[in-house]
Amino acid sequence: MSTNLMNQWESVIGLEIHAQLATASKIFSGASTAYGAEPNTQACAVDLGMPGVLPVLNREAVRMAIRFGVAIDAVIDHQSIFARKNYFYPDLPKGYQISQFEHPIVGKGHIGISPAEGEHREIGITRAHLEEDAGKSTHDQFPEQSGIDLNRAGTPLLEIVSEPDMRSAKEAVAYARKIHSLVRYLEICDGNMQEGSFRCDANVSIRRKDDDRLGTRAELKNINSFRFLERAINYEIERQIDLVEDGGTVVQETRLYDSERDETRSMRSKEEANDYRYFPDPDLLPVAISDEDIAQIRAALPELPEQKKQRYIDDLGLSDYNAEQLTANRDTAVYFEAAYAEGDSAAAAQLANWILGDLAGALNKAGLDIVDSPISSPMLVQLVARIADNTISGKIAKQVFDAMWQGEGGADEIIETRGLRQITDSGAIETLIDEVIAANPDQVEQFRAGKEKVLGFFVGQVMNQSRGKANPGQVNTILRDKLK
Amino acid sequence: MPMTVTEIRQGLAAGEFSSSEITRDYLARIAQHNPTLNCFISVTEALALDQARQADARLAQGKAGLLTGVPIAHKDLFCTDGVRTSCGSRILDNFVAPYDATVVERFRQTGAVMLGKTNMDEFAMGSSNENSHYGNVANPWKTTHVPGGSSGGSAAAVAAGLAAAATGTDTGGSIRQPAALCGVTGIKPTYGRVSRYGMIAFGSSLDQGGPFARSAADCALLLQAMAGFDGRDSTSSETDVPDYSASLEQGVEGLRIGLPKEYFAEGLDSRLAGVIDTAIDELRKLGADISEISLPNTGLSIPTYYVIAMAEASSNLSRFDGVRFGHRCANPVDLEDLYKRSRGEGFGEEVKRRILIGTYALSAGYYDAYYLKAQQLRRMIKDDFQKAFDSVDLILGPTTPEVAFAIGAKTDDPVSMYLQDIYTISLNLAGLPGMSLPAGFVDGLPVGIQLIANYFDEARLLQTAHQYQQVSDWHLQTPEAFS
Repeated sequence: MSTNLMNQWESVIGLEIHAQLATASKIFSGASTAYGAEPNTQACAVDLGMPGVLPVLNREAVRMAIRFGVAIDAVIDHQSIFARKNYFYPDLPKGYQISQFEHPIVGKGHIGISPAEGEHREIGITRAHLEEDAGKSTHDQFPEQSGIDLNRAGTPLLEIVSEPDMRSAKEAVAYARKIHSLVRYLEICDGNMQEGSFRCDANVSIRRKDDDRLGTRAELKNINSFRFLERAINYEIERQIDLVEDGGTVVQETRLYDSERDETRSMRSKEEANDYRYFPDPDLLPVAISDEDIAQIRAALPELPEQKKQRYIDDLGLSDYNAEQLTANRDTAVYFEAAYAEGDSAAAAQLANWILGDLAGALNKAGLDIVDSPISSPMLVQLVARIADNTISGKIAKQVFDAMWQGEGGADEIIETRGLRQITDSGAIETLIDEVIAANPDQVEQFRAGKEKVLGFFVGQVMNQSRGKANPGQVNTILRDKLK
Repeated sequence: MPMTVTEIRQGLAAGEFSSSEITRDYLARIAQHNPTLNCFISVTEALALDQARQADARLAQGKAGLLTGVPIAHKDLFCTDGVRTSCGSRILDNFVAPYDATVVERFRQTGAVMLGKTNMDEFAMGSSNENSHYGNVANPWKTTHVPGGSSGGSAAAVAAGLAAAATGTDTGGSIRQPAALCGVTGIKPTYGRVSRYGMIAFGSSLDQGGPFARSAADCALLLQAMAGFDGRDSTSSETDVPDYSASLEQGVEGLRIGLPKEYFAEGLDSRLAGVIDTAIDELRKLGADISEISLPNTGLSIPTYYVIAMAEASSNLSRFDGVRFGHRCANPVDLEDLYKRSRGEGFGEEVKRRILIGTYALSAGYYDAYYLKAQQLRRMIKDDFQKAFDSVDLILGPTTPEVAFAIGAKTDDPVSMYLQDIYTISLNLAGLPGMSLPAGFVDGLPVGIQLIANYFDEARLLQTAHQYQQVSDWHLQTPEAFS
């Protein structure tokens, strides 16, 4: 498709994110929420939907939802109501899901995203509501039969619904990452996408650029990584544009993303969609939330990414970009702050560069999270300190970093055992320089004839001779002096 | 003549008989009469004898609780650990509950002996006990007639002396109506007074458990055992439970009793009206101050009730899907077939009718017109009562418009069946407590009067009923065949 054609269209995207709340027990029963237990060992009578059982609300789930609401500056009503969403499915034990319909716990809010360096967009959040998760059906374990595991049934979820405010897959991913970062900062969700603790559904539609009405949307499901989110949305946008360009119309439907084929496929259309027959759950009283409850939760909020970022810029003098990158992931910020607390305050920028540069690169290559980094923050502090006190040069520091990564020990240890200490004795440097000048009379001539860039050749030769250990600043000064 | 719970407690305490002896007596009576009456779905003989032995040991140690050694029966809608809990339905015919309902647990803890599980309309849907998978129950006063419903088995068992007392549940009159039709005393407490945990739900915002017994004094003892906050039921109330027996002897001198004119209007059998007038005269003689009141929205209660109860039921009954427990059809070809045939075979006609109506009332496009409208009317009905309680302490009227009818007489006319609940259902909508007590006979069949009190004022209901029962003996009469 030509770029020209693409340019006539605008895509409109909204996300529904299901964040599993990190409570110890389920939202309406006392059963554990731990992941990975033997099937049906973490499902009590309430989770099994036994006749006569009743739900009792886990107040911790409510507090976690309010934490989220406060963090996105949302409206939080004094009364919140649970409703039944009725449909039949084998992994939905009661034949209804306890969810919220009218009066969700979190009302309208918003969050800022930076889809690219220097860009900023506010994305509206329509609502966030509490609900229980369903169980899991498995179709590959028993021949001719399906298996049902109800361990997950009743796990608390916060469904976060955005406004259709995003205009590209990139923005949608930036928004999803931002929410992911936020729920982890708030410690209300572990954010594990592989285990399904953080799931994204995307509503995607297209319209002509001059049109302000919304087009018919398709809902994309089964997306379990940010990479797939971007690919699924991009595939869907192209599919819809192709369809309409060819004279077709988009139908409202649910489509599954197939990551192996990188395409979306129709799952069910609106005609087949359920009438969920929502009504207030008579087994649960409306949840009363007082202003004091909200104030208490607000007072106990941790420093949020936006505040942290601003503090890094204002107090630590970091660049906007570095501050953004360091705070995007809570674990990175924790790592940085641990290092910063131990180090010299002047080292903030150095630490940021190492964390976002070499360390991030190495972690990414190894597929590791920063919490599993073989180089701990005190180790990185030591490395940066050795550069600052001229024990080693920046170039040697990379060698030391690699050695630390390989598990050879701390910076000091590696510098000693490998003999990497920088040569700062001018006498020793002069000796090296004299040797190099003597060995390269032609280049000396060239320099003296005014060819300035030959200086670089001499510096390189001297550094080589010192195996990188000579202090580059001193080498420069002395060289210029001797070549005059 | 069968003993009251009060008499059994005295006899046990005095050592006149043991719990094992009377339990065997009751089991023998059940064996003799249940084939005629069909009150019991399950008789738990071994369990009963075991519990009786334990009760006797407790009595011997002087550690008796409120009801230690008293043989009772539970409506087969309360879950009982290790015992079939059928709810009167084929779909739960094979269901053995894995836990005790809070009510069952409390009776167990106080040392009551469970004789068995009583028959009922399927899922408590019915006013005649003709909707049971286990067959209809016969009225002990005339076995060709219905005992009322849905707790017909419990009411008939107490009336015939097959249990000293029994539990029931009341969603629209399911305790009070069969109590009236069988000539026993029954109380539906305030919504939230008795835990619903382990009670298989029909209409969750209306359901409330309560006891049947031979007197108000007995009901006071049973309610004492049942009532109180339960952390497992979010709608259960934390309001303190008073000592119901302690206030029974307070007189009714000066008690303001209101008679809703709408309850004495067209539809009430005039012979019943005469019986009720006589009871009113008795109360007046005891010093009660009787006046007429109005509950103007009474006529709206039946349509309001049926929308709400059926809407809730349609959702509550979704869990019976043949997947985890209960009836599953043979050889399902796919998931839809599994659902359709398991539910189609498992549920009876009335249950299916109510699921369909409830599903319709909640459907997109109809929700506002039915469910939401019904909720508005429910508030108006509630307000009627609150206004009435500004000027009176109690409300009195008939429990039912007529006495027990013949088995089969209304089975083809569901609306006429629903009208049986005209005087009882508005209390469930309002969440108020009410009770029915025997006040006489018409055609040899018992007539009940209904007392209605304000929220959590069960003590006043019991006390007034008790005072009436001190000057009458309708409640102690037993059908000849069972005396």
